[in-house]
Amino acid sequence: MSRSGEAYAQELNRKRAAAQRAAANEDNDENQGNGNKVAFGAAGNFDTDVYGSVRGESRDGYLDSIGTGEEDDVDEDSMPTVQKKATNYSQPHKFIEEVAAASEDTDPFADTRTKTIAERQSKYHERAMRRQISPDRADAFVDQTPDNRNRGYAEVMRDQRYHEEKGRVERELADRAKAGELHVTREPEKKKGRWDATEAPESSENLGAASATPSQGSAPRKRLGFASLSAEAATPRAARWDETPAHSTGAADATPSIDKWSSTPAAQTPRRNRWDETPKADLNDGSMTPGWGMETPARGASDDVKIEDTPSASKRRSRWDLTPSQTPNVAAATPLHAGAQTPSFTPSHPSQTPIGAMTPGGATPIGTAAMGMKTPAPHMIPMTPEQMQIYRWEKEIDDRNRPLTDEELESLFPPGYKVLVPPMNYIPLRTPSRKLMATPTPMGGAGAGGFYMPGTPDRDGVGEKGVGGLVDTQPKNAELPPLKPDDMQYFDKLLMDVDESSLSREEKNEREIMEHLLKIKNGTPPMRKSGLRKITENARKYGAGPLFNQILPLLMSPSLEDQERHLMVKVIDRILYKLDDLVRPYVHKILVVIEPLLIDEDYYARVEGREIISNLAKAAGLATMISTMRPDIDNVDEYVRNTTARAFAVVASALGIPALLPFLKAVCKSKKSWQARHTGIKIVQQMAILMGCAVLPHLKALVEIVKDGLDDEQQKVRTITALCLAALAEASAPYGIEAFDSVLKPLWKGIRMHRGKGLAAFLKAIGYLIPLMDAEYASYYTREVMLILIREFASPDEEMKKIVLKVVKQCCATDGVEPSYIRDEVLPSFFKAFWNQRMAMDRRNYRQLVDTTVEIAQKVGCVEMIARIVDDLKDENEQYRKMVIETIENIVALQGATDIDARLEEQLIDGLLYAFQEQTQEDSVMLDGFGTICSSLGRRAKAYIPQICGTILWRLNNKSAKVRQQAADLIARIAPVMHMCEEEKMMGHMGVVLYEYLGEEYPEVLGSILGALKAICNVIGMTKMTPPIKDLLPRLTPILKNRHEKVQENCIDLVGAIADRGSEFVSAREWMRICFELLELLKAHKKSIRRAAINTFGFIAKAIGPHDVLATLLNNLKVQERQLRVCTTVAIAIVSETCAPFTVLPAIMNEYRVPEINVQNGVLKALSFMFEYIGEMAKDYIYAVVPLLIDALMERDQVHRQIAVDAVAHLAIGVYGFGCEDALIHLLNYVWPNMLENSPHLIQRWVFACEGMRVSLGPIKVMQYCLQALWHPARKVREPVWKVFNNLILGSADALIAGYPRIENTPTNQYVRYELDYVL
Amino acid sequence: MALPGERFHVLAQLEHLQSKYTGTGHADMNRHEWVVNQHRDTRAFQMSHPGMNTYIAVVENESRARTRFNLINRMIQPCGPPPEKHPLDDA
Repeated sequence: MSRSGEAYAQELNRKRAAAQRAAANEDNDENQGNGNKVAFGAAGNFDTDVYGSVRGESRDGYLDSIGTGEEDDVDEDSMPTVQKKATNYSQPHKFIEEVAAASEDTDPFADTRTKTIAERQSKYHERAMRRQISPDRADAFVDQTPDNRNRGYAEVMRDQRYHEEKGRVERELADRAKAGELHVTREPEKKKGRWDATEAPESSENLGAASATPSQGSAPRKRLGFASLSAEAATPRAARWDETPAHSTGAADATPSIDKWSSTPAAQTPRRNRWDETPKADLNDGSMTPGWGMETPARGASDDVKIEDTPSASKRRSRWDLTPSQTPNVAAATPLHAGAQTPSFTPSHPSQTPIGAMTPGGATPIGTAAMGMKTPAPHMIPMTPEQMQIYRWEKEIDDRNRPLTDEELESLFPPGYKVLVPPMNYIPLRTPSRKLMATPTPMGGAGAGGFYMPGTPDRDGVGEKGVGGLVDTQPKNAELPPLKPDDMQYFDKLLMDVDESSLSREEKNEREIMEHLLKIKNGTPPMRKSGLRKITENARKYGAGPLFNQILPLLMSPSLEDQERHLMVKVIDRILYKLDDLVRPYVHKILVVIEPLLIDEDYYARVEGREIISNLAKAAGLATMISTMRPDIDNVDEYVRNTTARAFAVVASALGIPALLPFLKAVCKSKKSWQARHTGIKIVQQMAILMGCAVLPHLKALVEIVKDGLDDEQQKVRTITALCLAALAEASAPYGIEAFDSVLKPLWKGIRMHRGKGLAAFLKAIGYLIPLMDAEYASYYTREVMLILIREFASPDEEMKKIVLKVVKQCCATDGVEPSYIRDEVLPSFFKAFWNQRMAMDRRNYRQLVDTTVEIAQKVGCVEMIARIVDDLKDENEQYRKMVIETIENIVALQGATDIDARLEEQLIDGLLYAFQEQTQEDSVMLDGFGTICSSLGRRAKAYIPQICGTILWRLNNKSAKVRQQAADLIARIAPVMHMCEEEKMMGHMGVVLYEYLGEEYPEVLGSILGALKAICNVIGMTKMTPPIKDLLPRLTPILKNRHEKVQENCIDLVGAIADRGSEFVSAREWMRICFELLELLKAHKKSIRRAAINTFGFIAKAIGPHDVLATLLNNLKVQERQLRVCTTVAIAIVSETCAPFTVLPAIMNEYRVPEINVQNGVLKALSFMFEYIGEMAKDYIYAVVPLLIDALMERDQVHRQIAVDAVAHLAIGVYGFGCEDALIHLLNYVWPNMLENSPHLIQRWVFACEGMRVSLGPIKVMQYCLQALWHPARKVREPVWKVFNNLILGSADALIAGYPRIENTPTNQYVRYELDYVL
Repeated sequence: MALPGERFHVLAQLEHLQSKYTGTGHADMNRHEWVVNQHRDTRAFQMSHPGMNTYIAVVENESRARTRFNLINRMIQPCGPPPEKHPLDDA
């Protein structure tokens, strides 16, 4: 054990050293701008050599990026924080810190764990955690005196204003501090005085002259403000200011309610340490000391644990670094008695004790032994989930790696071994290195049974439930699933054994809810289902408050995983339906938790979030929703406003746009705060994005509401207005230009007035408006905007570039723009600005540029565009060449190559050949381009074929496998063109060459060669193929054995083609040989290979007659593997379809007599497939197979009957309309009793068969069978029959009308349908 | 059905699909609901097939439009009020 540990430690050390070296290199590389090595899963960064330091020194000459304002102004689909995050890492010292941190405690398994939601979120998303779950609100609709604790709209608004004001003051203070006006407070000795701020001012006087605190009136206030600012970074704001605790980020989570003003601000560790370190100095200060001394213990036990836990963690890990000689000591020190576990880990890690903060003395034994003695009170353990997690991993590693006791070692012996007493003269080796050499190997003498490796026996105390055995995580109710360590803080009450009868009703309800939630969160699917059902059923009984008080904190938990979040959201969804208007007081709470889902990166999370909010809106009503969300609209936090806007859009889609219009109008016209206007306009934008063309009826009203924003004094409002108009135009395209009339002028005026970000937004709006216009207007407005666009071509801003490209594309796509205008005015600067290597580097730019160029080419013609870029095919940058090829390919595919003249053609082919030969990356862009261009040139390519083929032949011979593969792939692409150019001789030559290369050893290349042969074979036909088919096929037979999927697929395709069209060139014997190989191919994982193999069976059977093939296949039914048998039955069915059933049916019906269940099942299944394939041909065979099917339907084996029922179903559908009712009724009599079976598969087949009978026998016949059981007293009988009856109703409701039984009237009800009695 | 895991397969989907349409039934249906569906189906059939509509119009000696209207009206509680719910039915 120690040896493997040693090896592992060395491995880790090596990795760590490598990481450090890498970090050092990173540092060096930084000067050369090597930014693309972003460390450890950080967000990717742009290449700084392209985008950054090219401008390096002269940076001040340019504006690198415009308006780095709020994120919300950026395009919707890009979550902006990625870039932000990346810049964090681009500084070299960050790398060093990161690697340094990593080297101390790397979790080697970090990659394998599933990440919690919190772990993968960006900084921006994390802001969700900072919101508080606000207290309940008063429900204005309830006719009673509101609970004083519930806040009404007025209080919330007041609160909101207060926070706003406070934020403003704080900001101002910070500004002033920065400006130097508050420099006094920065002096360190003053900080001491800060503690007094909460106490009375006279206490600071007590400090006497030693204290430097000035006691003017205004000073404390200033300091106060500044202190809170400095604390800002470490502790989340909500935790300090608000009445309810909110979850905050970071390790301080466990004690979120520490109020800064009431106790010490000691939650911040560094500061606290300072006090701890220098107690002596303070002691001299006399009167002050007791006060401070009092404070320290008040910090609470939780802090102690947190602080001391950290060193223990790192110490623990350093065990990997121990030298091997130390490790045995631990083992040696282990006492050998049964209770060995406890001491074994206590002495080796003395730092462990603090973790068990519940045993402060450290004397109590911890570990499993202690657990057995008394029940711990788990809710007393003040550990955060993170600590718990770390502790659990460590415990697990300890458990696995703890020394083996003698008993355990002895139990490992296989039977027949005996422990011998060491000889008297034996002296153990002391030096570890020699130990290794001296280890005896188990050579021989292992007994008659040979050596075998016994399974690891279970060891006591390892792997039992719970957090490494420290805490029992199994709730007292044994039916509940165990807790995860992170669940402790939510579900700890379940761990206590309580007397149900002693609880009050609320407590009992709380416990029940907790149990249900735990089941839903951690349970198995059936548990979850029952939990969900119970919590839904009793939702109104529990009440909204207790339910949400438990669910919402769970959703805010930092260790939440996707699945858990999904389940909790589902719970909310279900109970919302039940609670209905009871949710009103909790709307805001729910929104706080659900709104973040609306901007989640996971699509399904977004959808779920929308659904919940829409249900919430329906349950609570518009008035409640508006009054609840109104305060958030001008919240200072951009995150809150962003999510609120999205939530409002969902509300609009749930309750209808008209209902919200008056409110939106008021908000967008708000005079008081620009934030409100901004959010209001954003709501409209989100509505457009969410609802698409459903905004059309209200387009005019919406545009009117937002249009004033274009002239707003706030730049952000103008920008969002333009974006909003873009979204509205996009949603309503191609209609609704009339609605935008009033904004056209301000927009066009705006593009001349604005710069930077604002301009980008305006351009975007115009880009989306132009396609809505008719030709004349579009032409006019395009000319107007083009000037600006051309100017902005030169903009260095990435976002601007993308928008400009997009707008150019949109402008060019409209009718009114003349080609000559584009050719003369746009193209020169367009190519100058965009067609460069830099654009090819970023994927989004690449795509956008290709699209725009293709769009322009549609307007000005392909020659114009291709001529401009064709020379770039020989550019030295491969990515750029690819972009050129892709553009040309798209242009040619759309417009053909007829316009291309001889000169350009030559240039094109020349460039293509160059690019093809220089290709190093492996993707299909180059090949696709070559193929498309050649085939659109058609016969004109004839002149270049020799040159192309020469290149290919030369490259087929290349040393590099990749080159050979590309050459072969290219043959496959251009084979049709060669055929068109009548280059059959050349193709024949190619065929021979390829044939010679069939010995290729790289499977990828071999697959391509086979593909090329297949292409040639397909175009020149089997008769003219060289090498002749009779030589080619025998060469292919052994290749079928190849296990590589690409080879298999191409080979079987080629063989299938030959069997289909050229089977006469090959002897029957060879075909039989291939049949045997094909059986192996039925095992393939890829479905297309299996399908090709099965089809080939059909072709071969057609070529050489079914008998031999069928014999082979029937033999194959005896094999064990199910997949093989299934494929074989399909093949039999296909053979009988291609060779007519009468050639095959006698043989397979005879095979049914083999007394082997697999074979009989196979035969039945083949029949089933056969009837499926042959359809109405079945009418000739139905009477022949009925006896066999009857036999099968009376079989005892369920699966057998299931297959037979399936066969009957296919048969019944096949013979529809051929008058085989007698046989079908006979079969139905045998099928019908299967309805009582338990297997869902059988029931499903039975329903299917009844459906078939409905078609062929008519619904009334089947209904008569049903009527016997529809009202049967036993539910077990009724249930399946109703399924069939419902199918009858869905399938042929009309036809049943004449068949319903006549039901007599009762005194109250008239059941007879008298209209049916009418006789004329 | 059989095993807990298999309950959610095709059959459950079928049941769900069927339950989305009016006129389908289930094992806990009572006679009244079933017959009401039959009556409505019947009248919808008679009303929407011109031939049937004419036939009934002739028998009832009404215009075809009136017949159609009557048939539609007869679809409202075609069998009279639903029976009183028996207290034992809930179990």
